[in-house]
Amino acid sequence: MLTWLIALPVIGAAIVALVPGRLKELHLPLGVALAVLPLALAGYVFWVFEPIAEYQFVQEAVWYEPWGISWSLGIDGVSMPMVLLTAILVPIALAASTSITRRTKEFVVYTLLLEAGMIGVFLALDLFLFFVFFEAILIPMYFIIGIWGSDRRIYAAMKFFIFTAFGSALLLAGIIALAVTYADQFGSASFALSDLMNVQLSTSAERWLFVAFALAFAIKVPLFPVHTWLPDAHTEAPTAGSVLLAAVLLKLGTYGLLRFNLSLFPEASVDAAWIMGTLAVIGIIYGAVVAIVQPDLKRLIAYSSVSHLGFIVLGTFALTSGSLQGAVIQNVNHGLVTGALFLLVGMIYERRHTKQISEFGGLQKVMPVFAGFFLFMIFASIGLPGLNGFVGEFLILVGSYSTLPALAIVAAIGVVLAAIYMLWAYERVFTGVPDKEENIALSDLSIREISLLAPLAILVLVIGLYPNVLLDKIAPSTEALLDHIEEQTEFVIPEPGRLGDVLVAGGDHE
Amino acid sequence: MLTRLAIIAQEGEHNEILAGDGGWWADTAGIMLILPFVAFLLILAFGKKLKHKGGEIAVAALAINLVWATVLLLMNASGGVLDQTTFEIGRIGSGLVFELGWVVDGLSILMFFLVNFVGLIVFVYALGYMKGDVRVDWFFAAFSLFAGAMLVLVGAPNLIQLIIGWEGVGLASYLLIGFYWEDIANVKAGNKAFLTNKVADVGLILGAILVGVSIGSWDFGAIDFAAFEGAPELAAVASVGGLLFFFGAMGKSAQFPFHIWLPDAMAGPTPVSALMHAATMVTAGIYLMARMFPLFEYMASNVRIVMIVIGTATLFGVGLLAIVADDIKKVLAYSTVSQLGYMMTAIAAGGYTAGMFHLFTHASFKALLFLCAGSVIHSVHSNNMSDMGGLRKFMPTTFWTWVVGALALSGIGLSGFWSKDEILATMGERGLDIVLWISITGAFVTAFYMARATFLTFFGTYKGDGKPHESSRILTVPLVILAVPAVFAGFLNIPGLSLPRLGNYTEWLAVRLVPMGDPHAEAINFGLAAIGLGAAILGVVIGWLIYYPDAETQLERDSFEIPVLFPLLRKKYYIDDLALGIVAIIKGPLARFVDWTNTYILDLIVNGVAGLVKGVGVFVYDTIDQRGVDGVFNGLSAAVDGAGSVVRKWQSGRVQQYAAAFVAGALILVVLFVFVLI
Repeated sequence: MLTWLIALPVIGAAIVALVPGRLKELHLPLGVALAVLPLALAGYVFWVFEPIAEYQFVQEAVWYEPWGISWSLGIDGVSMPMVLLTAILVPIALAASTSITRRTKEFVVYTLLLEAGMIGVFLALDLFLFFVFFEAILIPMYFIIGIWGSDRRIYAAMKFFIFTAFGSALLLAGIIALAVTYADQFGSASFALSDLMNVQLSTSAERWLFVAFALAFAIKVPLFPVHTWLPDAHTEAPTAGSVLLAAVLLKLGTYGLLRFNLSLFPEASVDAAWIMGTLAVIGIIYGAVVAIVQPDLKRLIAYSSVSHLGFIVLGTFALTSGSLQGAVIQNVNHGLVTGALFLLVGMIYERRHTKQISEFGGLQKVMPVFAGFFLFMIFASIGLPGLNGFVGEFLILVGSYSTLPALAIVAAIGVVLAAIYMLWAYERVFTGVPDKEENIALSDLSIREISLLAPLAILVLVIGLYPNVLLDKIAPSTEALLDHIEEQTEFVIPEPGRLGDVLVAGGDHE
Repeated sequence: MLTRLAIIAQEGEHNEILAGDGGWWADTAGIMLILPFVAFLLILAFGKKLKHKGGEIAVAALAINLVWATVLLLMNASGGVLDQTTFEIGRIGSGLVFELGWVVDGLSILMFFLVNFVGLIVFVYALGYMKGDVRVDWFFAAFSLFAGAMLVLVGAPNLIQLIIGWEGVGLASYLLIGFYWEDIANVKAGNKAFLTNKVADVGLILGAILVGVSIGSWDFGAIDFAAFEGAPELAAVASVGGLLFFFGAMGKSAQFPFHIWLPDAMAGPTPVSALMHAATMVTAGIYLMARMFPLFEYMASNVRIVMIVIGTATLFGVGLLAIVADDIKKVLAYSTVSQLGYMMTAIAAGGYTAGMFHLFTHASFKALLFLCAGSVIHSVHSNNMSDMGGLRKFMPTTFWTWVVGALALSGIGLSGFWSKDEILATMGERGLDIVLWISITGAFVTAFYMARATFLTFFGTYKGDGKPHESSRILTVPLVILAVPAVFAGFLNIPGLSLPRLGNYTEWLAVRLVPMGDPHAEAINFGLAAIGLGAAILGVVIGWLIYYPDAETQLERDSFEIPVLFPLLRKKYYIDDLALGIVAIIKGPLARFVDWTNTYILDLIVNGVAGLVKGVGVFVYDTIDQRGVDGVFNGLSAAVDGAGSVVRKWQSGRVQQYAAAFVAGALILVVLFVFVLI
């Protein structure tokens, strides 16, 4: 079944590719329709997903025997939310791309291939397979930015590529080194994650490999100080590109750190926790401060991503139940909210052909529905309790407090900065009297646009008020990961007090 | 539904007070928390089509709520009600649980009643006040949100839900303060309120984390119980936690120096101010302190010193600012801050009942005063008292109800007298002499600026434009209704007296899981009462001497000036400037500097490193690859090819170079890892 999750978008891409180029109007709607199929399947997977620690729906097939490479897929509480997020956002991003009139067919094909790659990354249980997907994603993304981006698209695409290629080199080196060591120690070749977890590494080797993996993923996240490719890529990419880049591609980094660094190099992870945590918290503050002065809406949101993803990395390396669950759920939250914000910016860009904050003002007057959605997403992004952003941030703070208290406190203060840049941007774009000629005639959101945003808004609210919708399914996997770390290291995960249990023992009582 | 905590209480295990479980009314009390949100959605959906633009929906929601609140209030008065209903919404690992629900006890019931009662009156008033204004439907939607968030807050059975309501109130206030957003100044006032509160909220959130992690629960009952029993897990963090909670409360309850947002919050429509100052928003901080009172009473008593100092500074220092304000709503705003200082100091001094009682009476007369101010502003189309004067002849109902409110606030005879006296008595009992005398002086200041406001607004000659007129009935009837509790609410808690079968306020409020250990006077302290009353009367007299004599003739009556002090007060002790300066520095130089480092230092390094790596890669490609590779490389490069061949598809020559460099670089690293390190 999981193979179908990857195959459906590929088949979809093939179908679209076969539709003759002269049927231009057909490509995009067809693409959207085909992208709904993986969504339906992902929804089914979510529905039947059991809250257990083991990988589910595992599929395994030997791919290249001599090197122990296998087509090995599985899903657990860490990857399931990401797969679902990807499947939700691709059709929305495609449907929002009506302004792409040049080479539409290729655009749809690339986007669907991108989806296949992204889902593949999250499902792969074999490191070689993971790497193939990880790299395969670069190609469609490179073209999406390079062909349909705005003015400085070539520069941005190149920068994106160089950065990630550099990281990939390290990652590949690390994976191969690990596999070679495994072959050395066990006498048979394997790239399977479950096998490689058993490799015995010397402390220094583990640390070097940790660095190789961590750097590769940190560039993707992007973690301070290797984040500078992100704003350019975001700003120049077309709307769908920005949405998928922010919502899913960045998560390859946080997912990689959580999935591979923690489980393959537990000792080094524990040792490096404070370094990664510190960089993450610097990123939280730094991204927020830089966001304040951005004159361009997309750049502002891009820097807010740097800030928010810092939270996820902090949660990952705080190594407690709360922080890991928070990191996983925050992956989803950031994807939904930032994805929606990029969609919104795309919608105003289609109308005004600018993203400069200073070009707007008083938009609330002419586009109240648009303003309403924007404000809603802004507050989700700031972390208003009751909306999803708070759930992740709070879990991460609760979790980090036990192991990295100083960092948790600084991170909590960093939240205030988010309110400054977001509300200030809102003030300049939406309030006041619309004084520019071009702004007065703007039309509010169409039904189509509302129908793209509404599902995201509903999910933001549902996760915000009933986080168990995901937490229940995430927890067994993150708990298992923590158990693994505790087994492999001397690290003891602090437990919260149990006074509450004693007091409310028996729970409800008629 | 009952949790074990509530059962403990009902069996009187920890508090000698026995209580019922409130039956159906308590089990369904959650409806009060939900209805305003339903109203919010309904108004957004259908408001535009209705006669009152959705105002009727908002009013209906609170009217239904008031039924529940009233029934629960009476049940609690006649026997005590303790109940709690919760639903799990999330869980960390196998430990901490997130729950939503509602707690029904003496404290929450009084707040339910207060919010719904004052809310309903203000909503009805708003039907008239907002008529013909812009976006009336949005106003009532956001107003419902405001009330709903406050009900979520006061009904919260745990810190998590309290935080949700807490910030929900902040959101609603942001929307309503910036309601007239065509004027950027109003939006900035909304931002100021939200940001000031957000800073303080960090304290609340960190406090919640600290306590939650330490005792493994966010349930207020568990915290109360742990504090009462002296659980060591809680004792270890009680002081820091208490301080953090107080920090959070300082924001919402506008304690010095976080008071700066409240006067600016006047930018919203007047009914918003009335609700914000009386029942929602600013009472939240006081409520939090009362809700967590056992923590301070049994454990974090050292935090009380800080609370008393801040509270006293607030009640006196910020109260003084009202003397120089020209905007009638700002006078009231500063008076609210000052009264919140009284409440905070009272609770800090151990006066759980005294603080909450003042909150209760204050809600009625402050809502009344704001609605009177709204009636005046509606009539003269200005907020400034320099545009008013002589209105007592034109607006008799407004005038007389205002006088009731002003007397109550000044602590002369009416409800405010009783509650303020109780605060003074608490201070006296606790031996806080300095605080007591500052508070008495504060009572003098309160009476003085209220006298000034009254004389400048309602006496003398009218100085504004047009001819003022009494407001319509939909505005004046709520004034008259609110005047009733403003006069009589004080009688609910006169020491030694209680209503037949219903008891008194002290008893109602004491229906909690654990005893509050709250000393309350058994008899009236006539000496202290007389001094407090005397100070207030003195304030009125001096106000009369300064602002009244030439009332009918002199146009510039507000020329009274005390050198140094008044200019300082007009500058608001420069605290607003300081706060704005800090934000300006963050938004300006700091952010620009960090941005500069981002562009010119980080990017430079990154580009440099990229260049270096590229150089090395090309070098390796040219030399090693040219030379022909050995066996190890052959095997590995085939593996790399899988990725490399994909990368080579690029047509661009440059990219091809990078790809080559990438593959070569990877090979070097593999060699390093495999053969050097392992």
